[in-house]
Amino acid sequence: MAGADRASAVDRTFRQESGRAVASLIRVLGDFDRAEEAVQDAFVVALERWPRDGVPANPGAWITQVARNRAIDRLRRDRSLREKTAVLEGLEAMRPPALSPAEEVASEEIEDDRLRLIFTCCHPALAQEARVALTLRTLGGLTTAEIASAFLVAESTMAQRLVRAKRKIQGAGIPYEVPDRAQMPERLSGVLATLYLVFNEGYLGSSSSTLARVELSGEAIRLCRLVVELLPAEPEAKGLLALMLLTDSRRAARVDEAGRAVPLEAQDRSLWDRARIAEGLELSARAAAAGPVGPYTVQARIAATHAEAAGAEQTDWARIVRLYEWLDRVAPGPVVELNSAAAVAMSEGPERGLELIEEIEELDGYRPLHAARADLLRRLGRDPEAAAAYARALEIPGNEVETAYLERQLAEVRAAGSR
Amino acid sequence: MHYMFLLIGEEPNWEDVSPEEMQKTLDEMEKYNDELKAAGAMIGGHGLRERATASVVRFSGEGETTVTDGPFAETKEQLMGFWIIDAPNLDEALAWARKAPLQEASIEVRPLVEEEGEEDITGEDLLRRVQDKDR
Repeated sequence: MAGADRASAVDRTFRQESGRAVASLIRVLGDFDRAEEAVQDAFVVALERWPRDGVPANPGAWITQVARNRAIDRLRRDRSLREKTAVLEGLEAMRPPALSPAEEVASEEIEDDRLRLIFTCCHPALAQEARVALTLRTLGGLTTAEIASAFLVAESTMAQRLVRAKRKIQGAGIPYEVPDRAQMPERLSGVLATLYLVFNEGYLGSSSSTLARVELSGEAIRLCRLVVELLPAEPEAKGLLALMLLTDSRRAARVDEAGRAVPLEAQDRSLWDRARIAEGLELSARAAAAGPVGPYTVQARIAATHAEAAGAEQTDWARIVRLYEWLDRVAPGPVVELNSAAAVAMSEGPERGLELIEEIEELDGYRPLHAARADLLRRLGRDPEAAAAYARALEIPGNEVETAYLERQLAEVRAAGSR
Repeated sequence: MHYMFLLIGEEPNWEDVSPEEMQKTLDEMEKYNDELKAAGAMIGGHGLRERATASVVRFSGEGETTVTDGPFAETKEQLMGFWIIDAPNLDEALAWARKAPLQEASIEVRPLVEEEGEEDITGEDLLRRVQDKDR
């Protein structure tokens, strides 16, 4: 392996495994910055040792141990005797993590730390954009520069956002705790909403798709997996993970070789990721069987219905319509109505779908509404109206790949009209 | 930690409020305050008279002051009352704020600046203060 490859492999493993060390150190040090500093110290050691000695069998435990030792060193240097006693006691009480998989016992304390960190980072008293940034930084181990580039903001802006969020956690007294039973549903839905936002930003990002954005979806999946693992009794966490996996399984088929968007019904389904589908189907079935079915689980069932069909014609559209009706009951909203109308168009014909779209209010600034309307008008042979609807969709800014798709449709409808 | 709850809302037109409704509102508020006291969470608080009774002392920066009538800005929403609450963390403070017997209003929850050497200090508080001083 070349030196650069090796360094980037270390970088990748380190960042994926560093979340638990950050989580434990925040509890003991009571401070995000000091925890991150200690983990950064450990990273420097890893860069030196891992390429030489190989990646340790349990990298997460290794990072926790090294970071903890570095935190102790720093404290010894930085603080007066009286001040450091309490913190040092805390650090010394940290159970030295097992360094080989054989020694590894399910450490409840470490798992609890990660769970605490998720709930702290996604606290409702933090602004949504701060939740996203903080989650990716502390649990995902992404650098400030990476998060900034994924969300298309300046690095200094993102750095400031993170500083402000950490200051709020400390200043406002946001607890480092897993919420109690009574608060769990509301708080969990805040965590899941944050992860879904990260996923969607990576999947449908408002600008063209770059590598950083693809990684954003992968990161959301990884963190959602962690939530599922830590909260096995929560069906909606499984539902969201299933939804992400099933959606992401279509990634390779969404764009053709020329980089053009391919709509669901025209996708080459042999390109769909079968491993993701299998896992998504299993998870969505378990989530649906587990109890009151929430909005993510219903959406996962819809994605599952697509995944199970051999093609657009073979899709059980009537079932999808029923699922959208269900979704409209648990999480009503105009976007659900729009998706439902599109499913009705497939199941009962474009006229009925169009009627339903015309009934939707308040989505005039929403690009997919005009795009869906245009497609149905075109299928009904009403080309001039379809052209007008495509043109209206194109007035609304959005993803570049999607813009190119809509421009192509518009050109085709106009060409057909002029013949 | 100590938090200030700032009750912000639209001042009702008191002439439109029946004595019964008024009494009901007062009773509910008293019950809430009693609950805060019983839990040891109440440090203090009060409702405020209507904004029309307010006066402003303005400091010009050169040791000069002027007194004027009324509020800073003509907004519909205004400060109507406050509480000072003792709660171990924000979640507990928010839980209290949510219990307040209000219809359409908001409560802004603001942590007070902590003073050194204040009451019983837990290990975690100490830790936090040590770190604050390091900054």
